[in-house]
Amino acid sequence: MTITVDNGSRRPLGLRKAVGSPGWRLPVLAVLAIALVTGPLFLNSYWVGLLTQVVILAILAMSLDVLLGYTGLPSLGHAAFFGVAAYAVAVLSTAYRADFWLCVLAALFAGTVLAAIFGMIVSHVRDVYFLMITLALGMVLWGLSYRWIPVTGGDNGISGIPNLMAHAGMPWTGPVAFYYLSLIVLLVCAGLLALLVRSPFGLSLRGIRENEHRMRSLGFNTWLHCYLSYVIAAAFASVAGVMWAYYNGFVSPTYLELTASSELFLMVTLGGPATLVGPVLGAGIIVLLKNVISAYTARWLLILGIVYIVAILAAPKGIWNLGRRQSG
Amino acid sequence: MTYLLTQTLNGLFSAALLFLIASGLTLTFGVMKIVNIAHGSFYMLGVYVAYSVFLRTQSLLWGAVVAIVVVGTIGFVMQRYFLRRFAADPLAQMMMTMGFALLFRDGALMVWGGDPFTLQYPGWLSGSMETGDVVFPLYRLFVILVAALVGVALWLVNEKTLVGARLRAAVDDPEMASATGINVARLSGLVFAVGAGLAAFGCVMGGPILGGYAGIDFDLLPLAFVVVIVGGMGSLKGALVGSIVVGMIDNFGKALVPELSYFTLFAPMVLVLAFKPTGLYGRA
Repeated sequence: MTITVDNGSRRPLGLRKAVGSPGWRLPVLAVLAIALVTGPLFLNSYWVGLLTQVVILAILAMSLDVLLGYTGLPSLGHAAFFGVAAYAVAVLSTAYRADFWLCVLAALFAGTVLAAIFGMIVSHVRDVYFLMITLALGMVLWGLSYRWIPVTGGDNGISGIPNLMAHAGMPWTGPVAFYYLSLIVLLVCAGLLALLVRSPFGLSLRGIRENEHRMRSLGFNTWLHCYLSYVIAAAFASVAGVMWAYYNGFVSPTYLELTASSELFLMVTLGGPATLVGPVLGAGIIVLLKNVISAYTARWLLILGIVYIVAILAAPKGIWNLGRRQSG
Repeated sequence: MTYLLTQTLNGLFSAALLFLIASGLTLTFGVMKIVNIAHGSFYMLGVYVAYSVFLRTQSLLWGAVVAIVVVGTIGFVMQRYFLRRFAADPLAQMMMTMGFALLFRDGALMVWGGDPFTLQYPGWLSGSMETGDVVFPLYRLFVILVAALVGVALWLVNEKTLVGARLRAAVDDPEMASATGINVARLSGLVFAVGAGLAAFGCVMGGPILGGYAGIDFDLLPLAFVVVIVGGMGSLKGALVGSIVVGMIDNFGKALVPELSYFTLFAPMVLVLAFKPTGLYGRA
């Protein structure tokens, strides 16, 4: 006797997972893409600013997803690389009046090298240990940004970061141009990350997430895979940090706080780990919620706490994975 | 020499407070295999509740009792209705505790405001002890003593009672433990509540010195984490050794090189992890 399930597909049960998406994802994706591309044409500068935040934080959330979703390494200190890159841009462009490309390259370098050093410490630990150690390392950097006053300005932060367009000598000005530039950066990052997660390397990362023992006995150097995943994620986080520093024109220790890292964590888990669309969706929801709610009440953290709890109760695997039996 | 002795006693005082906070965290981890981000919040809630009670009764003892009961109950409810349903998913549980941490943080700000305060300790503990050149506040000695007593009590429960034996079984292997008829879920609830209560108790003990302020929850959380990481997650002995190490280093670090206080704190953690990823007394 054969078991048939009426879902329009004649594939055997075992292959269903590979088929993946139920129908609602494609239309949602299309709406999302149209909104991101054409949105700024209809919106005032406040909303364009919010959309820019969504786009930049989406880059950051996607970078965390490489670690959290694809490799299964829960990092609670990921905002550190974002913050370090932002600080690098701030310090170089204000105190040293460095030119645009030097700022960008130095910031990407700083974030990536830092990850290369931290990676030595964290790459052989897993699960909760990974979480606690990344959290502690993130706190070290937060403490540094807070206390190393001669360089970081302490609690006051650093202001006066030049406008990106002017700094880079681009012919455009204004928030809409900056938005589209951020969107291009997002698309490039998304493209690179999509290549990464579909590459043999990306598949090995998923293998490690599912069963590290087996991967190791198959001859994979799992330490190196985790290490590279950590460094690559940090490099993309640095890109977001650079964009954020230019967007805000200001950096402060709040970028490195635990709440920043945990908000980021929520963006990924809420949107859907191990998907590249999920983090973008998560970033959008959190940024818009945060700003809309903050306009009415000062109790944003309270609401965020409730969002966490409700999100975990309603969609423990994230919105983009709703209806899928297994993520990935 | 006097300086050294005073600083050592101060370090022991920090260690005593850290032990009260971290022992709950490490026990929770041992049984449930989750990181409780809300553990610092339990401490914060404890100090605020104790403060409210103290303002009405002028008694630190009542403050402590009410704080332990209230915070312990909150912990139990959290575990029973929000964490237990995700027993197989540590990450979801951690996110849940993070949600509660934010909720408590902002809730406390809403209810009690952000002004810092300190609790007042009883008059009979207000003096200091003098031996030779060393003058040390009596209250700090009292806290060290109390923490030591709590440590001994926890050790006795863990090693000599049936509950302790079940607890150790559940820490070692939750599946085998439940196969032998131990109700691991209920045990987890108990441990979570006791851990929350211990954190609240630690706060009342520390309240007269550290006080309470907005943000104390996330200030203390990394300290408690370092203790648990250094000592090894799930191990009481580890929590004890970890708190002494972290308390001493933090105290001497702050006294000798204040600018580097964060580095002096995290350096030993990194060292321990590099050589023994599971911590000094932890088992993989």
